[in-house]
Amino acid sequence: MVLSQLHKGDTAEIVKLKADKILRDRFASFGILPGEQVVIHECSLAKQTIEVEVGRSTIALRKEEADKIEVEAT
Amino acid sequence: MKKIMIALAGQPNVGKSSLVNAISDAHLKVGNFSGVTVDKTEVEFVYHDPKRDADYEIHIIDLPGAYSLTDYTIEEKVTKQFLRNDDYDIIVNVVDATNLQRNLLLTTQLMETGRKMIVVLNMMDEAQKEGIEIDAEQLARILGVPVIKASAAQGEGIDALKSAMVEVYEKPQTTAKVIYSDVIEEEITRIVAFLEEKHYRSPIPYRQLAVRLLQEDTDWYKRMHDEPIWIEILPILREGLQHIYLHSETKDLDAIFADEHFAFAKGAKMEVMALHSMRAQNPTQKIDKLLINKFLGIPLFLFFMWALFQLTFTIGAVPMDWIDAGFGWLGEQAHAVLGDGILGQVVADGIIAGVGAVVMFLPNILILFLGIALLETTGYMARVAFLLDGFFHKFGLHGKSFIPLVTGFGCTVPAYMAARTLKNERERLITLFILGFMSCGARLPIYVLFAGAFFGQDQAGNILFLIYISGALLGLVMAKMLKTFVFKGEEEPFVMEMPKYRWPSWRLIWHTVYGQALSYLKKAGTFILAASILVWFASNYPKSDTIASTYAAKIEHASTPEQKQRLQNERTSAQLEQSYLGRIGKATEPFFAPLGFDWRMSVALEAGLTAKEVVVSTLGVLYAQGDSADEQNGGLIAALRSNISLPAAIAFIVFVMIYLPCFAASAVFTREAGGWKYLVYLFFFTTGTAWVMALLAYHITRVIVGG
Repeated sequence: MVLSQLHKGDTAEIVKLKADKILRDRFASFGILPGEQVVIHECSLAKQTIEVEVGRSTIALRKEEADKIEVEAT
Repeated sequence: MKKIMIALAGQPNVGKSSLVNAISDAHLKVGNFSGVTVDKTEVEFVYHDPKRDADYEIHIIDLPGAYSLTDYTIEEKVTKQFLRNDDYDIIVNVVDATNLQRNLLLTTQLMETGRKMIVVLNMMDEAQKEGIEIDAEQLARILGVPVIKASAAQGEGIDALKSAMVEVYEKPQTTAKVIYSDVIEEEITRIVAFLEEKHYRSPIPYRQLAVRLLQEDTDWYKRMHDEPIWIEILPILREGLQHIYLHSETKDLDAIFADEHFAFAKGAKMEVMALHSMRAQNPTQKIDKLLINKFLGIPLFLFFMWALFQLTFTIGAVPMDWIDAGFGWLGEQAHAVLGDGILGQVVADGIIAGVGAVVMFLPNILILFLGIALLETTGYMARVAFLLDGFFHKFGLHGKSFIPLVTGFGCTVPAYMAARTLKNERERLITLFILGFMSCGARLPIYVLFAGAFFGQDQAGNILFLIYISGALLGLVMAKMLKTFVFKGEEEPFVMEMPKYRWPSWRLIWHTVYGQALSYLKKAGTFILAASILVWFASNYPKSDTIASTYAAKIEHASTPEQKQRLQNERTSAQLEQSYLGRIGKATEPFFAPLGFDWRMSVALEAGLTAKEVVVSTLGVLYAQGDSADEQNGGLIAALRSNISLPAAIAFIVFVMIYLPCFAASAVFTREAGGWKYLVYLFFFTTGTAWVMALLAYHITRVIVGG
């Protein structure tokens, strides 16, 4: 399951990142790393952008990027 | 006096700029969106250390906000390069106490530079409100560097920070220590032991050097490559790396160390931070429930924008009248003092009228800049990027393109610079190319004038809104075309922090708006003043004696005052037509003729290439001249209404909306886009589009109104 499949209010744990180095560095600098909990705050219309809470940060992602984050619902 | 160089580093939105402000009262801009301080900002002051009874000259360089020391954004690149290569004594790492773990990620990377360091736990007051307690002493022990609790907003911890700067400066070496997993620690110990045995002369502590080597740091490999020790250290390194690979899933050292940093940051946080109250929802989340709501978010945003433009127009109209009256009076006084000769004409009709037309729009520009500054500092900008990315993405732009685009409504110059936040070259170029379609504040006077003249004051606000929106829409369509035909290729990933909502600091907003107003007035005082004198001269010379004498005779024989007046006006316009300005206008008239523009409008547009404000002052000189004494008020508006047809007026607005921005903006564009050839492209792109769109507008309006 990937992050983009989750819905508003869902909580999940990050399992794996399927991103290239640049994007993975970016994820890491925001604390998006395996083992972390994510909460979906809001999705824009048609789910083009997703707002998630990781750690204590609120991060906005596009669907393409959310597709690359494998999660396990908790 | 000893000089201490401080590099101020931290993630975006941690209050670095307000910390600098609190330390030395410097006037810096604080924004909530990533990378407002793109440029390097410096501050200098003298600090008297009571303990040593000595003065220190402290020099602080505020580095751009960086989430990590990578090359992802230009800000991060700048920060990384500076920390690596420049000369400084201490890194002061500003950390957001309410978001410790993520901030400590950067801290670990900074600690690895091997420089002396101080950590500032900023926003302690906010953290307390959120029920977060941090054991600063424990954190200092873990990191091996001094940790200062502070609140830049409340001015707390500033003195402690200053004295810590001196303390750390007087220490011989950094005591920072990132603790890694056992495997890596083992290898570090091995390398350090070897370096000690060889008495290797290293500019940074052995431990830091060992870490650099294990990270396969290119710079250090290059530096050590030519030294004899290299042959001996190589096998140790090779073996060490093999050992590390054995214990991890990947051979990617970046990934391995990213995990290490994360584990260290998380571990440190767990040990020093306690969360007391289980906050249900912080205010930011409550506000976000509404503002980024799937259905309400965009309508609310559009409402804010509409309100901003309405405010700009209605509130701005009041002081505008005063300024207009003030300059009118000043012109009369100039005529009275200097007479009606050449000098009087230059001062009253050239200088005062030209500058007056520009200063008149200061209130509108102030309100617009205030609105944009508010959007930026409250943190709403990032929400807008979130809301609009889905939309912008379709046009080949990025949600972040929104920030330069909105800034473009204020002034195109900072907007071009704001486009630096876009990492992807193509997305940045597309954004740069269409930025001119976002009508800048300097075009506002033209719109206000034409909207007021042709649609009446009560409709002007709506027309203004329509102009701005259609300019923006055209920009999007062009962006899509550029994306499809010119700049093809991959897109920038969209991963962005949503900063907490913050009350704007009125002092900082004041400085922003004041700075903008000042630069606008400076432009009015110098560039536009020179341009208006030039335009005045070109429109008055060469004087034709034949015209003067023919009309003098005719006017003398005129029977009624009306006839006299008509003849006087005819004389003025005949004079104008054969002036230098008239000749330029005439020469280019064929180009503008299909759009319904007369030579005066052509001249105004050409003069507008220097600065958009000049369009209005040129029109003022060209149309109001000669009748200014007879018209009680609204001279220019009346003159425009009687000289220009509605279709031509609309075509004119459209042309102004699209064509090349001012000199200053063009120069910045050239720098940001990366070459003169781009300016040439931009010139043909905008002029071509402007001409075609104005032609369409002209003919469509003619069909509708039946002109």
